[in-house]
Amino acid sequence: MSDRISAADVTKVARLARLDLAPDEIERMTAQLDGMLEHFADVDALDLADVAPMTQPFPLVNVFRADVVQPGLDREEVLAAAPAAEEGRFRVPPILGGEG
Amino acid sequence: MSASKPTAATNTPTAAAIAAAVRAGTTKAADLVEQHLATIAAREPEIHAFNHVMADQARAAAAAVDAQASKGHDPGPLAGVTVALKDNMCTRGIPTTCSSKILDGWKPPYDATVVQALQQAGAIIVGKTNLDEFAMGSSTENSAFGPTRNPHDTSRVPGGSSGGSAAAVAAGFSQFSLGSDTGGSIRQPAALCGVVGVKPTYGYVSRYGLVAFASSLDQIGPFTNTVEDAALVLDVIGGHDPHDSTSIPQAHPSLTQAIQQDVKGLRIGRITDLPEGADPDVQERLEAAFDALKAAGATIVDVQVPAFTFGLTAYYLIAPAEASSNLARYDGVRYGLRVEAADTDAMYGATRAAGFGDEVKRRIMLGTYALSAGYYDAYYGKALKVRRLIHDDFERAYQQADVLLTPTSPTVAFKFGAKGDNPFSMYLCDTYTIPTNLAGHPGMSVPFGTGAEGLPVGVQILAGTLQEPTMFRVAAALERSMS
Amino acid sequence: MSAYDGLPGEWELVVGLEVHVELATATKLFSASPNRFGDEPNTNIDPVTLGLPGALPVLNEFAVELAMRIGLALNCTVQPSTFHRKNYFYPDMPKAYQVSQYDQPLNVGGHLDLPNGVRVGIERAHMEEDAGKSTHVGGTGGRVHGANHSLIDLNRAGVPLVEIVSRPDIRSADDARAYVNELRAILVAIGASDAKMEEGSMRVDANVSVHKPGTPLGTRCEIKNVNSVRSVGRAIEYEARRQIDLIESGDAVRQQTRHWDETDGRTHTLRTKEDADDYRYFLEPDLVPLAPSAEWVQRVRAGLPMLPAARRTRLSQATGQPADSEAVCSVVERGQDEYVLAVGTVGGDIGRALVHVKEAFADQPATPHVPAADLAALTTLEVGGKLTATQAKAVLAEIVANNGGDAAALAAAKGFEALDTSSLESLVDEAIAAEPDAWQKFCNGDGKAMGALVGLVMKASRGKADGKLVTALLNQKKG
Ligand SMILES: [Mg+2]
Ligand SMILES: [Zn+2]
Repeated sequence: MSDRISAADVTKVARLARLDLAPDEIERMTAQLDGMLEHFADVDALDLADVAPMTQPFPLVNVFRADVVQPGLDREEVLAAAPAAEEGRFRVPPILGGEG
Repeated sequence: MSASKPTAATNTPTAAAIAAAVRAGTTKAADLVEQHLATIAAREPEIHAFNHVMADQARAAAAAVDAQASKGHDPGPLAGVTVALKDNMCTRGIPTTCSSKILDGWKPPYDATVVQALQQAGAIIVGKTNLDEFAMGSSTENSAFGPTRNPHDTSRVPGGSSGGSAAAVAAGFSQFSLGSDTGGSIRQPAALCGVVGVKPTYGYVSRYGLVAFASSLDQIGPFTNTVEDAALVLDVIGGHDPHDSTSIPQAHPSLTQAIQQDVKGLRIGRITDLPEGADPDVQERLEAAFDALKAAGATIVDVQVPAFTFGLTAYYLIAPAEASSNLARYDGVRYGLRVEAADTDAMYGATRAAGFGDEVKRRIMLGTYALSAGYYDAYYGKALKVRRLIHDDFERAYQQADVLLTPTSPTVAFKFGAKGDNPFSMYLCDTYTIPTNLAGHPGMSVPFGTGAEGLPVGVQILAGTLQEPTMFRVAAALERSMS
Repeated sequence: MSAYDGLPGEWELVVGLEVHVELATATKLFSASPNRFGDEPNTNIDPVTLGLPGALPVLNEFAVELAMRIGLALNCTVQPSTFHRKNYFYPDMPKAYQVSQYDQPLNVGGHLDLPNGVRVGIERAHMEEDAGKSTHVGGTGGRVHGANHSLIDLNRAGVPLVEIVSRPDIRSADDARAYVNELRAILVAIGASDAKMEEGSMRVDANVSVHKPGTPLGTRCEIKNVNSVRSVGRAIEYEARRQIDLIESGDAVRQQTRHWDETDGRTHTLRTKEDADDYRYFLEPDLVPLAPSAEWVQRVRAGLPMLPAARRTRLSQATGQPADSEAVCSVVERGQDEYVLAVGTVGGDIGRALVHVKEAFADQPATPHVPAADLAALTTLEVGGKLTATQAKAVLAEIVANNGGDAAALAAAKGFEALDTSSLESLVDEAIAAEPDAWQKFCNGDGKAMGALVGLVMKASRGKADGKLVTALLNQKKG
């Protein structure tokens, strides 16, 4: 084990990712993630100070769309595919906590 | 078990020949579809290449193509040519599951751009193929609907994640298929199934309607029996799409024409610092490929791509990071699975826990962690810098060589369960394919004989940005050398 | 004016405002669905709006143009920009991330000058997408707490927003209100937004803290859900006093997001900083960088109309009224300043025109129905002493009601006749004779004494005398 990630980290991350994990899953996941992150030691050994991050595989800039309305989707078709709908809206259980 | 031919089915007619006959009215698309449906009926129960066979839709589409041809209208360059689509491409009104329980039963209300392009070209979609859930895997064992078997040996995997698409072509279920390649998911299964598989330059083919795994890496590409078929398919599905901001705006030169040229004078690069690990049978075929190209008039040059070896590590942070965000939309609100609970947060947690398989969960967790406060710079930020190193190293190599040749997969098709419980041993399957995705460059796998136990071996051809024409010339030369 | 008269003791208020405005585009920020308020729920939807698997965003060029207008109108620098994903789960956020300009906003480093001369720095004005709308069913009063379930309408999801973030330069609730008013006037003038707080197309969050001058800034709280200009002031006042009470009673202010409740006039805890989300920002890989060319920026800048502040200055110079006077401010806010200037151009008295437009044209559009020439004729009669101010008002009421009319004819029909100058002069002489002490004081420069003299004249004329003319005559006689 490289101790790059703890069970507490995994618990926190599971909450951020909205994934309910049972205690034994947390344990297994911690070991697996740690095993994967261990390989990052190779990268940590590199001198990357002067390297710019690469965020775009093909250099494009200023890609736009004209501000013109196009036909959209049919509400009834979309709501029919939803787990729950009511009064033309998606229905969800009560929302706890504030908006982002 | 291992009854069928180990190499690509070269005795089948080319897509171009089929389309020409259908356009001329001398062959009926309806008959072609029936032949393929019969093959599917015979062998699909054993192979499980499909999540969904579209027999009725295929028959209707074939009838429409035949009607057009008989009226003297041109049904298009892929008239009557059958295609199977990886089940992560949206098809209007047809289930699109990504082999995940979370999308089981979902029918998209729209078509992916590639689907529209294929239909306009007269191609006939026969079904949606199996994959590792959300394209995460290298064996198609991660499908929520059971694995696909390799047509060459059904005790072995077809590779992944586009295992169903590779197997469909190898088994003759369709003339060609489409897959998606994020870290090798077209090239590796193509190698393991003995067919041609192409990952184009990032932005060559529209991603609109391709269910995202890792947006900055995903590309759609074809599986075919021949290099010529791959060229024709890419000529049809490549090109600018105003619905994809990352789609390359300029027109692409015809690959069908490019493969008419030989390889005399081309410089074929051998990466001298390539990570080790390829099996001897695979290595032997790579050497044979170098020899074949030399015999065809190319020169072999040694190049170095030092950062190649860091590809796997960088990829396994970048791809999961993007995936963790891309897969956050599966929340049980608007479509797909919902597990009811007392409040929305509980509903999210329960739905996502029930809907995603282990590998998907693992990658969501890893990606969420890599982006989270306090860890971004240490992991995701560094991985992006490594990505730059890899890209720049490749660019330098392409100053010296027109293409690079490597193994596609370190091994031939392996047995089910062979990679055991350690996820990283599965990830090693993609050692040779991943760096290309990070660089945004094109790559393809060409079947080049057999290795251990007569199983197919693929050779990978890599090229610089938009150097598909050169890459295809080399592929065609390798193919010719085999005949 | 508010009842608020500053903070107790040595306390100083420090406020920064974050204002979200919906842009006046035809379509959404990243898709071609209509950007339209008030439609049936979930009718303005498409694969991108719904966050369907496989859907991809494409940036609306006109939204960028409107965002640049906002930046340039707020004296910002327009710079190359990128979009990030802000990841969080909420049912009205379909992709579970908001696409927003993060560390490279389109507009940076500007300022907005309030009518009273206070300059408020603008930190940034960045583009982002709006969320949908949640309706909470059951529980009390449609509030999120205690609801049985919620319903989601995604018509608003993906509507283009610009978030304008001020520096913490605001020091009073009045200035906060003035900032919001001025910002709204600018947004409307440049056509960037209809900026209606009541429809949510302009939404204000206030970052409020208190401290004693010369000491470090206090811990701030962010107040959300402030739905009117009036509430901006009330919420800030309430929050400042709450924080002072906390500190003075020995407690500490905790960094929180708080919710303004209009019904009880208080702010309530929404969440504390400790349980704030970790948004895992990263560059949106489905979009490419935005780098407006210098030519484009120049074209947008050149196309900007005259802004409210410049219009107030122009009207102030033309009328002699202070630029921050109520008349100048409200007439410019209504966009009727061009009209007032036009009354002057056709020979009317511009000072009287300003007063009349301010008082009688509140319900009129920016270009009023009354022809400028008709108002000009009225002001001419007035300053010529043919009508008193009171009579002029009555005539104007008729003109406004009829969308125009001949002032002289209407005055005659009403039997209005102003005193001629000679009879007015004799009344003035009589007043001076009646109040010699007042006259003496007036001559010595005591302004109050004038009131008594004018009052006498008005009384003797039974209101027919023109107050302005009387003042002029008195000054003339003083020599
Ligand atoms: Mg904010
Ligand atoms: Zn915002």
